[in-house]
Amino acid sequence: MKISKTFMVFALASIGALSAGTGAAQAREQLQIVGSSTVFPFAITVAERFGQTSSFPTPIVEATGSGGGLKLFCAGVGANTPDIANASRRIKNSELETCAANGVTPVEVRIGFDGIVLANSKSGPDFTLSREQIFLALARNIVVEGALVPNPFSRWSEIDPALPDEAIEVLGPPPTSGTRDAFVELVMHQACQEGIEEDLCADIREDGVYVDAGENDNLIVQKLASNSAAVGIFGFSFLDQNADTLRGATVDGSEPTFENIAAGTYPIARSLYFYLKKEHVGTIPGLVEYALAFTAERASGEDGYLGEKGLIPLPEKERQRVIEDINNLTPAQMN
Amino acid sequence: MTDFFDSPANKSSLHTGMEARERLRARYRAEWMFKALGLGAIGVSVGFLLFLFTTIFMQGWPAFTHNFVALPLELNAQTLGDEGVISEESLSGADYDAIVRTAIREQFPEVSGRTAKRTLSGLISPGAPVLLREALLADPERRNAPNAITLPLSDFADLYLKGQISRSTYRTGEGELAIEVSETGVLISGADLAAGLESSGADGKISLSREMPSLLLYAGGGVFKLETLEGNLATARILSPLDAGETTKALDWQVRLIEVPEANRKFSDREIVWTDKLVERQLVQAKFNTLFFTRGASREPEMAGILGAVVGTALTLVVTLGLSFPLGVAAAVYLEEFAPRNRLTALVEVNINNLAAVPSIVFGLLGLAVFLTFFGMPRSAPLVGGMVLALMTLPTIIIASRAALRAVPPSIREAALGIGASKMQVVVHHVLPLAMPGILTGTIIGMAQALGETAPLLMIGMVAFVVDIPGGFTDPATVLPVQIFMWADFPEPAFQQRTSAAIMVLLAFLVVMNALAVVLRKQFERRW
Repeated sequence: MKISKTFMVFALASIGALSAGTGAAQAREQLQIVGSSTVFPFAITVAERFGQTSSFPTPIVEATGSGGGLKLFCAGVGANTPDIANASRRIKNSELETCAANGVTPVEVRIGFDGIVLANSKSGPDFTLSREQIFLALARNIVVEGALVPNPFSRWSEIDPALPDEAIEVLGPPPTSGTRDAFVELVMHQACQEGIEEDLCADIREDGVYVDAGENDNLIVQKLASNSAAVGIFGFSFLDQNADTLRGATVDGSEPTFENIAAGTYPIARSLYFYLKKEHVGTIPGLVEYALAFTAERASGEDGYLGEKGLIPLPEKERQRVIEDINNLTPAQMN
Repeated sequence: MTDFFDSPANKSSLHTGMEARERLRARYRAEWMFKALGLGAIGVSVGFLLFLFTTIFMQGWPAFTHNFVALPLELNAQTLGDEGVISEESLSGADYDAIVRTAIREQFPEVSGRTAKRTLSGLISPGAPVLLREALLADPERRNAPNAITLPLSDFADLYLKGQISRSTYRTGEGELAIEVSETGVLISGADLAAGLESSGADGKISLSREMPSLLLYAGGGVFKLETLEGNLATARILSPLDAGETTKALDWQVRLIEVPEANRKFSDREIVWTDKLVERQLVQAKFNTLFFTRGASREPEMAGILGAVVGTALTLVVTLGLSFPLGVAAAVYLEEFAPRNRLTALVEVNINNLAAVPSIVFGLLGLAVFLTFFGMPRSAPLVGGMVLALMTLPTIIIASRAALRAVPPSIREAALGIGASKMQVVVHHVLPLAMPGILTGTIIGMAQALGETAPLLMIGMVAFVVDIPGGFTDPATVLPVQIFMWADFPEPAFQQRTSAAIMVLLAFLVVMNALAVVLRKQFERRW
């Protein structure tokens, strides 16, 4: 008999749990934020401080990737859709159309820059590269003497005798990553050779020279430490935090430093954004307050605490304009 | 004996001849090899396990202690009160940032300049004001003993004190040093400070850049960072001022070499000197890191705790167990004891076996489509997480339970039926109790699987940054493996330690769960 009683208790508990769940689905007190894993570390820093210093509960932040986040964000209006989508690129026109079709008006907030760095171990050689050289090292097909051929280079010194005489070995993000998208756009497209079709510029070689190292940038950092000739591609904040073991490659004559990225001289840098749902302003508490906390002087100003986490701030004028946009809830424009 | 084997009759016999003996040896050899292989396999797996545990343990161990500082905080009616009156409201709204900032700056009144002051405040964790506020709100009387309130140091200061930033070597100097402080800098003369250092310039002049190991001079109560060295002359920068006056002569002095260059550390020479001063003043104490066990997630390593994830895991597993155990056992009992053997039950059986092999992410997609989109249940809630994991563990439990039920000897059933028990009484009174140990084993395997799962939770929003500790089944929450995954992804070195520490907590959770199952199994176990 002992068994059957325990059994009944379990069964009752499970039924209870089920019914409790379906009842409590409507109201939501805390902000729900989804999106880019690049913006994620900054978003959670702000979210945590926002929860500590304001009267609002701490927002929930998820790293779903820029595309996945905007898809959830544009799915509709209501408590079971997110209030904010982080993105490491601008919202696409197609996404804006989806948003509009579902009655969602996104308000764009530009928060700063992120540099993509090529770095190697301090025990390895110094790299001074141009974007053209990076393209020649990584493109699947290149033009040699007027003909399109599979990439023949296997050593840096074959591209330019001035480069180190080391085998080309690059660890980088997989195609699903926003960092990869930005790298392709800022390097592979920009430095594409003449004679290669626009679409084919983005093709990165698959003969083992470029290694997909997964979304985890820490893994790349650790692999670089154990392989001094390998070069890694990742976000600036990881170079910043691991300055004791890694050295960033100079690209087009500009070193990957905080100052150079902020000044716009370092060529591989992109803007970071988040989008807030205009329709939720007033219904979900703290939405505009969060956006203002994110763009405030002490967060993303020149000496703000986000700088310590690796975010490169916007110029002061631009930041003021963004704050104005938040206050006016200016809808995002097509580009 | 030899006579026996060597006798001509035996030499050619099928069982004792030379060939037979050779065969026998080969069989023994094969057996020995087989045993050795088995033992080797165990040895290799134990080796791997030990290696894994030692690395995790070595890396995670430092995270269980943290360095706290007890600053003389100014907690009075002026800083805490509203126009001089302290009330609950004024305690909640006071500017704790300013209180902490002032306290640390009072320790180093000589520090001037905006950047320097900011760096100084950065020695204390950004979470310190929050902790101070919580402490005072919980017990306002603590303001009368301000020195007893300890605040966490920042992650890098903590790493430095644990010896993980750089090694230092000290050399005690001989002879008298003259130190002159002027507006342009500090001039030190009297002894060769560079002794033991390779000279780099042709003229014997050494300029120490940020890319080179740091040389600090401790003399006359002050600390100086050496910049250029030339014979018995040196220029330096003040890191901590002299005890008295602008010039001094010092007989006792020390040169400290910090091996890692300043450019390669996130903790500058200045911060090292300040931290050492705090230790010298006996304000710093290394304590068991209670924050790690009592707080939720945080972006600051020193403030990050595991409690939120532990509670989230417990809530999720309660839902999983509450749904999958009764459902699974009931399904198994019906299929094994009551269901007729026909095509339909065969189909059900095949499908259950197939479900057990479905990748877990698929259950996550199902959860997203059915529980979130169709039923409109809340995102990131342990309730939904538990339901998704229950779907995943259900086949495991059903299969294990059926095997356990089948293992109960038919004689038990026949005997019970023979003395007039109904089918239901047979199952509930006799078969189920005897099958219980096997069922519990299956359940625990299923639950352990659910404990380590992150993929299905990704889709339903439990891979999220949640600061507040969940209080119920519908509060946003995250689980231990997700917490480990997120910490492993953060760039700060202190988070790498916390990752290992969190893995240790997860293993402890698993051990407790398994121990519980063993105890329960012992209770029900019966031999026949």
